Amino acid sequence: MELNIKKRTGQVIFSEYTRGDAVKKTVTMSRNDILFELKDSKLRGRGGAGFPLSTKWMLTSAAKADEKFLVCNADEGEPGTFKDRVLLIEYPELVFDGMVVGGYTIGARKGIVYLRGEYEYLLRPLEDYLEEMRKDNLLGTNIAGKKGFDFDINIVLGSGAYVCGEETALIESLEGHRGEPRNRPPYPINTGFLGRPTSVNNVETLASVTHIVMKGGAWFAEFGTSKSTGSKLFSVSGDCDKPGVYELPWGTKISELLNKVGARDTKAVQIGGASGFCIPKSQFNRTLAYEDVSTGGSVKIFNESRDMLKVLKNFMEFFVDESCGQCTPCRMGNVKLLEGVEMIEKGQYTFSYINKLKDLGRTMQLASKCGLGQSSPNPFISILENFNDEIFNCGNGGTNGR
Amino acid sequence: MLVAEKNALSEEIESYVGKYGNDRSALLMILHEIQKKHRHISDFAQQEVARLLNIHPVEVYSVISFFAFLNSSPKGRNLIRVCQTIACDMQGKTGLVQAIERELGIKVGETTKDNKFTLEYANCLGLCDVGPAMAINDQVFLKLTPEKAVELVSKVK
Repeated sequence: MELNIKKRTGQVIFSEYTRGDAVKKTVTMSRNDILFELKDSKLRGRGGAGFPLSTKWMLTSAAKADEKFLVCNADEGEPGTFKDRVLLIEYPELVFDGMVVGGYTIGARKGIVYLRGEYEYLLRPLEDYLEEMRKDNLLGTNIAGKKGFDFDINIVLGSGAYVCGEETALIESLEGHRGEPRNRPPYPINTGFLGRPTSVNNVETLASVTHIVMKGGAWFAEFGTSKSTGSKLFSVSGDCDKPGVYELPWGTKISELLNKVGARDTKAVQIGGASGFCIPKSQFNRTLAYEDVSTGGSVKIFNESRDMLKVLKNFMEFFVDESCGQCTPCRMGNVKLLEGVEMIEKGQYTFSYINKLKDLGRTMQLASKCGLGQSSPNPFISILENFNDEIFNCGNGGTNGR
Repeated sequence: MLVAEKNALSEEIESYVGKYGNDRSALLMILHEIQKKHRHISDFAQQEVARLLNIHPVEVYSVISFFAFLNSSPKGRNLIRVCQTIACDMQGKTGLVQAIERELGIKVGETTKDNKFTLEYANCLGLCDVGPAMAINDQVFLKLTPEKAVELVSKVK
């Protein structure tokens, strides 16, 4: 491994923190205090869906069961996302302390990190780190001297399935089944891992919790916009001088981000990974926030030299590969959309058929069982609509076509 | 398979069950350990896992067939996985793959005659900022050129 580890600085997540501080503070607080702090912070899930964390933990803590679980979703399979890798390598203290806080808040005694198989090289260092935490009494029994507060974390390795980032598919695979999503409801907060209440949280969400416990929900809410509080880690890749992970407050304009990372001649930005939306140059003044361009943090930059049809083909090949095959709209739909892209590539298409495929995409968005099939038509529709000039009219549609 | 080999494999699987427990939720980690050591999960291993976890062997097979990193038929001793997703694609994964293909004399998805290497594509390895990336077994390599990739492959024993 030769990952370049450099000292990062940032306003929220990359701000100063010492291991164990949040845990020691947590055990002096009541569960309700923590929930109120989280409510004040208005922290929303960082995996992309943006569900308010305080609500999720309130419901999980209110659920009655003999056992509850906290799952850290470190199965970031979305193309172009690598912030969790950086957090787990450089800031494991934030993630694991956040899990202990979560365990205390919802009343779980067991935490599970579902680490994607591609990050197998992180397994050993993270297990060593957990062992150190056990030695410092930050895990185990009577944590930080609090009688009756027991919590431990183990790591389960995924085996290369994109769909397992979906929380119910993740739970299925933890239980030793095929990682096929379940119908929701019932939601995991009531019926999750082994049928017990389970809170599934993104790595970055848990890292944010650690800071909120230390500095308060009001402090966190100062950053970002009124509906999207705090800051976000953006995984920037593609055509720019400085790809990498950036911490920026919500509400940052796309053009500001492009400036910061040294992107030139940018034609398009794919926000939210393969399942996200392709934003053309004309919309670069839009803001990154849950209320405008919502994202799990992936930003892919394409410059003028890139062929958008090839980009789209790569995305659709990915979805055909990764569809779990359980429900028909996703299993068949993605294949049909890919065929459509290949038809355009060969010049053997009719506009009426392409329009039918766009309709099919909209049907998939409604009829698919989980987020994979609901979002996989996004790039197909957004790239064909935003770049129809380039793809269908050889770039002449603007003037010559009139 | 020789009886002695079968017994050794049974013992090995029993030790994994001892480590991760005999509940079905231990299945993924047990399969992962077997896969890591033997590069595949044989029919006999599947039956043993099923017996120890008290589930049907086909349930074990259904999980293996679902996951990209688990396989029931043998592959080469070393697995080369080149990331094919968009960022690595834009940074030159095709040249990388072609160079390795030429050097080993196989195409993507094939295994060399001496059973030393299997070459495959992988979906996003999460190394988009430092691509093109490739994994050899459980190690990852970043910012590769075709030349460097071939050099790394030739160093593998």
